Amino acid sequence: MFNFFLLILIYSGIYALMALGQNIITGYGGLLSLTQAGFFAIGSYATAILTTRFGWSFWATLPAALILSAFFGLLIGLPTLRLKGDYLAIATLGFGEIVRNVLNNWDSVTRGPMGIQRIPMPDLFGFTINPYKKYAFLVMVFIFVGIAYFIFQRLARSRMGRALSAVREDEIAAQSMGINITTYKVFAFILGASVAGLAGSLQAVFSLSVTPGTYTFMVSVMVLCMVVLGGMGNFKASILGAFIIQLISYFPQLTGLSSVIPPQFKQILFGLILVVMMIWRPQGLLGREETRYGKKVAKGHKGGAQ
Amino acid sequence: MILLETEALTRAYGGVVAVNKVDFVVESGLITGLIGPNGAGKTTLFNNMTGLDVPSSGKVFFNKKNITGLPAHTICRMGIARTFQNIRLFKELTVVENVMIGRHFKTGKSETKGRFFNAINSYVHMKQEEEQIYEKACDWLDFFGMASMKNELAKNLPYGRQRELEIARALATDPKLLFLDEPAAGMNPQETDHLMATIRKIRDLDITVVLIEHDMKLVMNICDTITVLNYGQKLAQGTPREIKHNPSVIEAYLGKEEE
Repeated sequence: MFNFFLLILIYSGIYALMALGQNIITGYGGLLSLTQAGFFAIGSYATAILTTRFGWSFWATLPAALILSAFFGLLIGLPTLRLKGDYLAIATLGFGEIVRNVLNNWDSVTRGPMGIQRIPMPDLFGFTINPYKKYAFLVMVFIFVGIAYFIFQRLARSRMGRALSAVREDEIAAQSMGINITTYKVFAFILGASVAGLAGSLQAVFSLSVTPGTYTFMVSVMVLCMVVLGGMGNFKASILGAFIIQLISYFPQLTGLSSVIPPQFKQILFGLILVVMMIWRPQGLLGREETRYGKKVAKGHKGGAQ
Repeated sequence: MILLETEALTRAYGGVVAVNKVDFVVESGLITGLIGPNGAGKTTLFNNMTGLDVPSSGKVFFNKKNITGLPAHTICRMGIARTFQNIRLFKELTVVENVMIGRHFKTGKSETKGRFFNAINSYVHMKQEEEQIYEKACDWLDFFGMASMKNELAKNLPYGRQRELEIARALATDPKLLFLDEPAAGMNPQETDHLMATIRKIRDLDITVVLIEHDMKLVMNICDTITVLNYGQKLAQGTPREIKHNPSVIEAYLGKEEE
């Protein structure tokens, strides 16, 4: 039971990484994208193929997975620049499905629906991070979540974060303020994609096997739910959202009611949560994070000419 | 000295010629007015000069450099800032953040100000830079007497203040040339008087101002030179006094007298 709880925590961490990326794209950049499953898959398969076929160590595949998914982020970011809202969602959804179908059919590389098994466990200075013994793995995942959170949080408070907010609020005005909106939109995609790739890499060494069935459209929807539930434009909220959604999706198993509650239950519950949230708390549980300038930055600046 | 000049600028949307071979000249240091009846092509002309729209033909020169068809952010970085007829603030951001965004490309030590990689550099030296940006933004808010509102959300400001904030945001980019698109629209007479004083103050900062306005009192009072557009064509150009007595301008606004 407790072991199962640890498993949920690990999955929460992996999904939290994706949610952080989704928050950069959707929460800050205002781009409704449904690609996270695709980047997740690319990261996973990069690690799976490089370790099993080329004998790379897990740590060497991490940057490879990151760069590869960032590259695909660039590829998807550029052509979809002109799309907004629903249209962007449809185009990016297509990308996720393309990735899954390629993985399913490119037998010579991905072994198709059979997937890739026997991915070696990660080693660190002679210590094997064994996913069956969960603790070490849990620590590793949350170190990555911590690093990603730190980098993103700082980014959001820099002028890059402000520029992204400007692009979200009003593209025309942002352009007229000297912000290159093309760069920043693509940048958001690249960042979001690279953490999702990282998450995929971790997923691969956690389950020690990858199959295309893991990376369905539902993954992207879940990640989007996490960001919306927690609150758009707030990284803490994305992590919180990841925990809550993961808890809910394992609720039947956790309470031992999995024989009574059908697996479709969680999809019903997601829908219900989103509807309820949109009615009572559209800004999410925590709401957008506001940067209060003046308290932290200014030292004795005399305000108030009035 | 001529700061900005258009050469036979034309913008056609299909068969509709919104701006037709307009030669528009902005002398540096002066306040230039751009007037004309509704639909005369004033805003289209603005958009074509600031890079939000690309002319069908003709050229735009800024400081003798051809800037025709350059993207809006490049033109902004060269020193042309603008406001919008329908206020385009970053509504969900605070007042000071709005102005700080105007400083976006103004930080960094290298020559390539505003370049993306420079932004990454600024990420590393963030604290220092943020302080500079914040201080400068506060100075501009002080200029408009809005420092006390800096942590309000932009959408919660009263209408006149929103217009001023948009000007403050544009000024934060340190422009040489400032385009104001109907700055007095929707303002009451006191607010308009206040605005006139502000525009004069901006001119005194060595910033050349071009404004579109329907409020003739404001235009005649503060503009040094006025250009009149009608049906996309330049009708007249001259001092306020000349424009006031120009028969074709009177005709465009009031119609021809029946005899």
